[in-house]
Amino acid sequence: MSELSVNHLLGIKDLSRSDIELIFNTADQFKDVINRPIKKVPSLRDITIVNLFFENSTRTRLSFELAEKRLSADTLNFSASSSSVKKGETLIDTVNNILSMKVDMVVMRHPNPGAAEFLSRNVDSTIINAGDGAHEHPTQALLDAYSIREKHKNLEGKKVVIVGDILHSRVALSNIFCLQKLGAEVQVCGPTTLIPKYIKGLGVAVSHSLEESLAWCDVANMLRVQHERQELQYFPSIREYSQQYGITMNHLERLDKEITIMHPGPINRGVEISSEVADSDYSIILNQVENGVAIRMAVLYLLASKNKMNFKD
Amino acid sequence: MIKKELLNSALIEVILNRLACELIENHGDFSNSVLIGLQPRGLFVLNRIVDLLQKTTGNTLAHGALDTTFFRDDFRRRDEPLLANQTKIDVLLEGKKIVFVDDVLYSGRSVRSALDAIQSFGRPAEIELLVLIDRRFSRQLPIQPNYTGKRVDSLDSQRVLVEWKEEAKKDCVYLIKPKA
Repeated sequence: MSELSVNHLLGIKDLSRSDIELIFNTADQFKDVINRPIKKVPSLRDITIVNLFFENSTRTRLSFELAEKRLSADTLNFSASSSSVKKGETLIDTVNNILSMKVDMVVMRHPNPGAAEFLSRNVDSTIINAGDGAHEHPTQALLDAYSIREKHKNLEGKKVVIVGDILHSRVALSNIFCLQKLGAEVQVCGPTTLIPKYIKGLGVAVSHSLEESLAWCDVANMLRVQHERQELQYFPSIREYSQQYGITMNHLERLDKEITIMHPGPINRGVEISSEVADSDYSIILNQVENGVAIRMAVLYLLASKNKMNFKD
Repeated sequence: MIKKELLNSALIEVILNRLACELIENHGDFSNSVLIGLQPRGLFVLNRIVDLLQKTTGNTLAHGALDTTFFRDDFRRRDEPLLANQTKIDVLLEGKKIVFVDDVLYSGRSVRSALDAIQSFGRPAEIELLVLIDRRFSRQLPIQPNYTGKRVDSLDSQRVLVEWKEEAKKDCVYLIKPKA
């Protein structure tokens, strides 16, 4: 198969295993490209992409922008805080105004779950979801799985635990879908208040003990506690959370095997992960960031290839 | 579909030996030369030529593989997109004499994209082109080979298929004609 089965990247849920493998195989070649003296290819030189960010982001926005530039696309950046959205314009109107300036693809982050899908049904453009509320963050899940594949060769049968604020995390949901499609076993670990009640329906195991989870897994993906999404008090104090669910060198040295530590960033040193672990050889956090550019190049390239050139009119 | 044999394995062997000799004439000990196979099918020719040259000269030859998928001019125009292959170039190409190696030269568009793609690795002193088969009346761009195995005159509706014993039963070149 040389083509994706989807026309937009809205969530991992819509992708097939062979879609994910096609993205990974294409990303392999782009990873080679971004490590050359000249890190660019001309593929998307006739494509214009807008990065619509209705929520703050550093890593994802920069990573997308760099991926677009490495593919030679023209890019526009939009952040909601300094735009007409503040003057009461609707999402569809905002996007249609941008599209009438001949923009081909939209990368969007939005605080509302389902915003990307809503947009894909209402405007005529290729939509890439860069995170929609607590729903999905597909490119993060792809780069996470790709980074595991890079380190462990294969995901089939690998045991991955996702630790922390599962309730507010789009990374967790996308990761669960992606890892399961690739044949990995997934467990979530965290305080009861931060684990959604029906998560077992997705076929994942639930644990409340970090020690037990670490002893079980090959890979631990540590999530940040998302204070900005928490309107209630979910645990007594950061100090208590950190003592129960923060990973330290002690945890890793007590294990009789070597596990891989991941984090989607931004990391809160000393809360969910200690500085020593974050900077240790166990951690592949910075590899994840590098792979993010290659994965996003692959996604943009493969979606653009479905957007056929039209020389009529 | 009619399949006509153009070259058998003995003839292919003779041609590859001749091409290797022509390369030695122009490149001497290959100390400043790099042979680059164009992905995917140029690699079969490349590996054979490199083997022959290393046996004859006793030197280790610098060589690599170049994939041109991201540099092609038919992106978003093909019905069936091409899959990207590996590019493997572990030597610096700045100031080197490059020889592109491919199996069939047809429209010249792959070679054009290779000329673009190679610039990501530096500015070579010169670039030559070696092909096993030159479909000489099918060119769409002003590109000609420096080393040619065999010239084939064919119609656009026909196809030239090169098979190698590494993947098929034997080395063979066929001309495939659609049934009239």
